[in-house]
Amino acid sequence: MSEMKNPAHVTDSELVEPATVHADKRRSEFVETMLEAWRMGRTKIGIGIFAFIVGLAIFGPLFAPYTPTEFVAPPFTGPSSTAYLGTDYLGHDVLTRVLYGGRTVITLALAATVIGLALGVTLGLITGYARRWIDESIMRILDVVLAFPQIVLALLFVSIVGPKLWLIVLMVGISHAPRIARVSRAATLEVSQRDFVRAAEATGVSKLKILFYEILPNTTSPLLVEFGLRLTYSIGLIAALSFLGFGLQPPAADWGLMINENRIGITVQPWPVFMPVLLIGILTIGTNLIADGLGRALIGIERDTSGT
Amino acid sequence: MPPLLKLILIRLGLGVLTLFLVSLVVFLATQALPGDTARAILGKEAANKARYEALREQLGLNKSVPRQYIDWLGNVATGDLGNSLVQDEPVTELLGRRVANSAVLVIIAAALSIPLSLLFGSLSALKRDTKFDTSVSIGTLSLAALPEFVTGIGLILLFATAVFNWLPAVSRIDPDVPIINQLQLFVLPAITLTLAVAPYITRILRASMIEVLESEYVMMARLKGLPERLVLWRHALPNSLGPALQVTALNLAWLAGGVVVVEYLFGFPGIGQALVDAVANRDMPMVQAVCLIIAGVYVVANLAADIGTILVSPRLRTGLR
Amino acid sequence: MDDAQTQTPNGQQTGAACGEQRDPAAAAEAAGALATEPRPDGLGEVTLTVQGLHIVLDPSGTDIDDEVTLKIRAGEVLGLVGESASGKTTAATSLLDYQRRGARIEGGQIEIDGKDVLAMSPAELRRIRGGTISYVPQDSSASLNPALRISTQLMEILEAHAFGSDEERKARLVQMMEEVLLPSDKAFLKRYPHQLSGGQQQRVAIAMAFANRPKVIVLDEPTTALDVTTQAHVLDTIRELTGAYGVAALYVTHDLAVVANLADRIAVMYAGRIVEQGTKEELFERAVHPYTRKLLASIPDISGERALTGIPGWAPRPGQRPPGCAFTPRCTWAIDKCSEAYPPVEGPSEEHTARCWRWKEVGAHKTAEEVKLRDKGAAVAAETLPVMVDVRDLDVFYQHKEVLHDIDVTLHEHRCLSLVGESGSGKTTLARCIAGLHPHKIKGDIEFQGKPLPRDSRSRPKATRQAIQYIFQSPYSSLNPRKTIRQIIRQPLQVFFDLSKEEQEQAMIEALEQVALDASLLNRYPDQLSGGERQRVAIARGLAAKPSVLICDEVTSWLDVSVQAAIIDLLASLQREMGLSMLFVTHNLALVRSISQEVAVMCEGKIVEYGEVDAVLEDPQADYTKKLLSDTPTV
Repeated sequence: MSEMKNPAHVTDSELVEPATVHADKRRSEFVETMLEAWRMGRTKIGIGIFAFIVGLAIFGPLFAPYTPTEFVAPPFTGPSSTAYLGTDYLGHDVLTRVLYGGRTVITLALAATVIGLALGVTLGLITGYARRWIDESIMRILDVVLAFPQIVLALLFVSIVGPKLWLIVLMVGISHAPRIARVSRAATLEVSQRDFVRAAEATGVSKLKILFYEILPNTTSPLLVEFGLRLTYSIGLIAALSFLGFGLQPPAADWGLMINENRIGITVQPWPVFMPVLLIGILTIGTNLIADGLGRALIGIERDTSGT
Repeated sequence: MPPLLKLILIRLGLGVLTLFLVSLVVFLATQALPGDTARAILGKEAANKARYEALREQLGLNKSVPRQYIDWLGNVATGDLGNSLVQDEPVTELLGRRVANSAVLVIIAAALSIPLSLLFGSLSALKRDTKFDTSVSIGTLSLAALPEFVTGIGLILLFATAVFNWLPAVSRIDPDVPIINQLQLFVLPAITLTLAVAPYITRILRASMIEVLESEYVMMARLKGLPERLVLWRHALPNSLGPALQVTALNLAWLAGGVVVVEYLFGFPGIGQALVDAVANRDMPMVQAVCLIIAGVYVVANLAADIGTILVSPRLRTGLR
Repeated sequence: MDDAQTQTPNGQQTGAACGEQRDPAAAAEAAGALATEPRPDGLGEVTLTVQGLHIVLDPSGTDIDDEVTLKIRAGEVLGLVGESASGKTTAATSLLDYQRRGARIEGGQIEIDGKDVLAMSPAELRRIRGGTISYVPQDSSASLNPALRISTQLMEILEAHAFGSDEERKARLVQMMEEVLLPSDKAFLKRYPHQLSGGQQQRVAIAMAFANRPKVIVLDEPTTALDVTTQAHVLDTIRELTGAYGVAALYVTHDLAVVANLADRIAVMYAGRIVEQGTKEELFERAVHPYTRKLLASIPDISGERALTGIPGWAPRPGQRPPGCAFTPRCTWAIDKCSEAYPPVEGPSEEHTARCWRWKEVGAHKTAEEVKLRDKGAAVAAETLPVMVDVRDLDVFYQHKEVLHDIDVTLHEHRCLSLVGESGSGKTTLARCIAGLHPHKIKGDIEFQGKPLPRDSRSRPKATRQAIQYIFQSPYSSLNPRKTIRQIIRQPLQVFFDLSKEEQEQAMIEALEQVALDASLLNRYPDQLSGGERQRVAIARGLAAKPSVLICDEVTSWLDVSVQAAIIDLLASLQREMGLSMLFVTHNLALVRSISQEVAVMCEGKIVEYGEVDAVLEDPQADYTKKLLSDTPTV
């Protein structure tokens, strides 16, 4: 409703560094953000860490000296030539269990994040572009989901159904959805105010096409950042649930579970606790570095394309 | 009606609505879905039809679901949260002490986080891009990433084991000794919570302060020749309060859920640990009660954040949209 | 007479009410009467000297401003004129030795009363800022602290410079407010900035600037964000106060028309350098730099006699400036020497100088002798032309509020109608209604070619959607940054026509040719184009649909004056050649004759005057039209 009053010279175009001229090839906001983020030292470290730990999780078992359930030495024996990191509370080889223990956490965390993203982005697009009453009602429902801290929501449903892995993935994903929806909705709202969306509406392009071809491609950057953040939280939540005993059950090898199983002997044999703690810790720091890099890239890109 | 009051009342209304819906979700999840509570309680004796029907009637399970919900809600409102399936004692009695313990823990964590975050957040903003700022940034980034039990174990490894043997690794509170004398049992859990929350608050405070420091009105204040001290205190600070308040309240609200893992880790007798035990034992009334409490605290904290932000901003106070 | 009285209850600006007249004499009287202090001695002496100012981007070191040299005398207003990327805004704050994050002052001297500002200690700097030299910002809605009452913000500039006792400060505060024609009662002073209108906010900024009777004032486009009427008021105040207190003023602006009435001398900036300086008369009568001449020729002429000629190309940003004279690629006088070396300062007199190798030839003729006259085309009587769009008794709502009342307009084939009004007048709303982009309640009739027109564009038949095309105001917002130009122009083609790939490509190339753009742009993305080019793409997109009605919504407001002239020229010729029915929405009355045959003047949701352009502008009937005419700055 309010009409713009000669805004041409309000933008301080003089202080923008000369924009890097992009090559005339097909590029998307997605790719642009990632390339920009890659330029930062932090992001490179984050990606390195992430790649290393994922590699460890996937290929670790190939290098394991024993099987995860093999009795190697008496429980809580310290490091020796037979077991480089000693044994755990049942006498299994800690090194082996560490090498086997990452797969579940990472796969589940990724799955939960993807579910949350799919759900959240869809809801965000709908609420950001649809009519007021649809927006309001969906947001109220999401508020209810938001009222539960993520882990409490997961535990609530675990108490009903039991410690099933699919349930954990689903609940963590669902608990991410409203938070992602908020970000997606904000981005959608902003983009849908822009004139090129109006132009498409005036031409008569269908709402679905507009959402998918006009709006969504312009919101991928903040969503990319959200993905990084949510992955970090997913890893934390799923490891925590395992730690609490609601994830993989013994005798499976799982980092979260290992921490809980072996903390009784922490003063005597810290390794079966220390290693998984270290690995989970580094992994989450890695993903957070990536998310942070993407976040900074986003700010830089917004400045470049904001019209100066 | 003054626009300010209207705005606040709307927020309150929405908050109450959310609380209702939350209670509905908890009720449906724990009572309507799991199917047969009576069978769960009786176990083998459920084969005895008479006893089974009697218990069903006693628990009100033969009424319609909406009727059950209303009865249940009425009970909750009057403080009757049922009996624990494990200990067969009123939930309210079992939880009473624990709520108090958790509350103290959370208050200590909040009391530590806020000043720390304010200090580091504003200093980083003022000393932007210096070594100090970069190290704080990396520190907060790392701490924010770590799951709270990782931080907790890290602290245990550091302070309660081989390295420094100062603090107890497990916080078994003796119910007969006054809290004041057992404060050292609060230390590690409280520090863990602080380290989980403070980094987020610090980062956002820094960002919002930087935004304020780069604003047009701060530039104008400097161009008027005001001493820098005045620029910061009179011009920058009041405008940072709004977002600072918002983010602090939201992050502190997180503590309501953060206690779960931390209490379990340290064996701290609070509602967090109660929840974990209840879930493991499928003690539904307990699960119900704790979820209600935690979700309730969360909703109220968010509400307080919203209303606080409105009150702090002159624009919103005078009702300009 | 001031805008305080027209403030709506929730504090929003609506501009002066439609029937009120501005009274420049009253402003002069108020200011003059209150400027009771004797004029300071030394009127006419040089107060401010800037020598070789050099500002660069931080940290890259790329030049923003270079070799900026000028001087201003007490009581004199120097207009610093430049378009976007000229570096004028950066130069402005540097006079107070202040740069935003991202730029730093690399060299030069700025002397006020013999002391170099750039060499001062932080303590000395704080003393002169707000005291000896003060600053009026471009946008006071952002420069006034939203969390503090205006009384606090006004008082503190007095306190910071130790102005007298508490009593004296209070008295001075009242005086300050009266000088800028604002109320000085407690209730008003207790307000927060958001409770003031745009014009009032700007006056508060001016009051603060004059509070300590500074020797120099830097005004950074202070009226850009204001309505024409409010702008006129504010300019009056500035003129009176600078004269009364003998202040040396630097007025930074992009609008030569504004500066023509206010400044004594003018300096023109291009790509970070001053290309010409001189008195107002010298520059307007006989400019000696090609850029200045071209700039003058692109200023809208309210009489419609002069043709608007734009400058092809666009101004280079920092880091993209060519060696030698930066204007060379766009200059019709350019010779080889121009791209080799930057010309020295030369000119017809010591006061009138320029940096051009061929200044003598450029300045050989007076500006008036070289004026191109507008091609007015043959006049066709409106009654004979078919009616395209007919609007009758239209009442338009925004949610529950009625914002347009009793609108009656008619668009004919071959004719352009200008809708003129200030912000809030409803002109864009009306345009949106005709385009089907207004999603709220509408009462009344809109007909297209005799048939009723559905309100919402989605409910309209394809043929109608195709026939009515809309060009948006901001070229930065109307093109999808994630699509190539090809994809953007192809959209209407895909929706409206059934063409093969080759036919589509051909149609796109034709569309680009119509707006004088090269086909190679099809592969580019919007952010690789300048503002002017983007707007041309938007027009091409509209033309690709082969419309019969073209609605242009303030399509030049976001563009530089020189680029605007080219776009207006383009639109006018397209309209003539294609026989389009055009609706041209603008806030600038001076543009109207250059493009349209009819004009409708709007104020607060009503049409106050409607008729042939010449008739309305030469013999206005409505008070508001008369006021708008007198308030619109012209050269």
